[in-house]
Amino acid sequence: MCGIVGLFLKSPGLQAELGRLSADMLGIMSDRGPDSAGFAVYGTAAGDTTKLTLRIPEDVDASAMAAALGVTAVRRGDHAVVTVPRDAEGALRQALATRYPAVNIVSAGARIELYKGVGLPDAVSSRYGLPGMAGTHAIGHTRMATESAVTTHGAHPFSTGPDQCLVHNGSLSNHNALRRNLRREGLEFETENDSEVAAGYLTWRMRQGASLGEALEAAVGDLDGFYTFVVGTERGFGVLRDPIACKPAVMAETEDYVAFGSEYRALVPLPGIEQARLFEPAPGQVYFWEHAA
Amino acid sequence: MTETVFDLAAAPLRDLNGRLHALPEQTNETSWVLRNPQGRHAVAVGVDRPISVRIEGHVGYYCAGFNSRARIEITGNAGVGLAENMMSGEVRVQGDASQAAGATGRGGLLVIGGNAGARCGISMKGIDIVVRGSVGHMSAFMGQEGNLVVLGDAGDNLGDSLYEARLFVRGAVKSLGADCEEKPMGEAERAILAGLLDRAGFAAEAKPEEFRFYGSARKLYHFHVDYADSY
Repeated sequence: MCGIVGLFLKSPGLQAELGRLSADMLGIMSDRGPDSAGFAVYGTAAGDTTKLTLRIPEDVDASAMAAALGVTAVRRGDHAVVTVPRDAEGALRQALATRYPAVNIVSAGARIELYKGVGLPDAVSSRYGLPGMAGTHAIGHTRMATESAVTTHGAHPFSTGPDQCLVHNGSLSNHNALRRNLRREGLEFETENDSEVAAGYLTWRMRQGASLGEALEAAVGDLDGFYTFVVGTERGFGVLRDPIACKPAVMAETEDYVAFGSEYRALVPLPGIEQARLFEPAPGQVYFWEHAA
Repeated sequence: MTETVFDLAAAPLRDLNGRLHALPEQTNETSWVLRNPQGRHAVAVGVDRPISVRIEGHVGYYCAGFNSRARIEITGNAGVGLAENMMSGEVRVQGDASQAAGATGRGGLLVIGGNAGARCGISMKGIDIVVRGSVGHMSAFMGQEGNLVVLGDAGDNLGDSLYEARLFVRGAVKSLGADCEEKPMGEAERAILAGLLDRAGFAAEAKPEEFRFYGSARKLYHFHVDYADSY
């Protein structure tokens, strides 16, 4: 069992509230996943820059590292966001890999920031300051570990491509074979986690030119197992359930937002929820929403 | 008759269910209104008194499970397992019901005003279910007794591995499950269907002759010795 929440704002009115609403939703899903939690927030892009969200182990001094690399790091708990010109991303990644191999790059992109950690969802939210964050869309996950240890590595979301992230409730049965094939295609995986493979699969499809919707359509045929996925891209927000639909999902749509919850309870804090159109996403059907570029 | 109002935003669910379970057989508290369910699970589960309960809002999982004799109405939507294993009485939801509505129900009437998700009436054992909208895949899977009436459409594998439940569908059936087949509707079935449409309150909008009737082909009842080599 795990919990998923997602909020995609259609209009700018609620953008300042995105983090607070997402944190409320995430906290309610503690019952479904008290082990660890994580979230991705899509904020504003700053020109031709890339944001890297880093997870920094305790024995690395983040300020000294930032100074040594010649970058500014915005610290949030054991995570830090570093913004660099897009053409400097490669050099920074190389410098991190050689000089700070223990530092994880958890996400990269023009707008995504991604935080995850062990502990109750409310504790994770406040550790990283989710309630104060603004943006256009956010995706969160609360994990009840069943197949692997309770570690930050096993927490969701997983990000395997620029501005992309995925959260998963369920378990995949063909992830080992898929991971081998995707590695051959040049994708890199940090864990043995099945959900990371699903994220990598969508990254691979989109790298080949598929839209988020097309990538999700293809996933219905290529991924085997139980899943409810919620996926974020720089401008998009997608939902897919396996054809048997073992894992719960409920959605709400108003003029202002599209929201996802593993249970209706998670949607209760949203403004205007009483008037929202509520529906259960159909099995095996792709749903996605996108902002114009 | 007194009306008892219980606000779930102000007091815990266990207090509510405890009070409902503790009602004496000849209670005067025969009319309950529940406010602010906010998607909570297990609301009004295990009621065994002839009372009426009106739930104002959306409920989570297993609402009205094991219901006996009570008449329970939900003004919003219901989550997974609405009226699971109902014994008798009546449960109505004005909106949609999620998966496995009426699962394993042994008696009573479940009326769904909107659509039902997958596995509606799975393993039904005598319950009557009337759905104004459509039902999802695998509905009435292994149904043993009772009636499922669907005014809309049915998803894939309707009535898979059916025993003796009767299935009436007005709209399209995406596919029938193993051992489920369409049958001619006789007078007895027509009377059952007409009675259920009437009790559900849909008699004015749906006529029995608009429905098709499905039941068990009865080929999976027994092990077939000719197939022994296949195992």
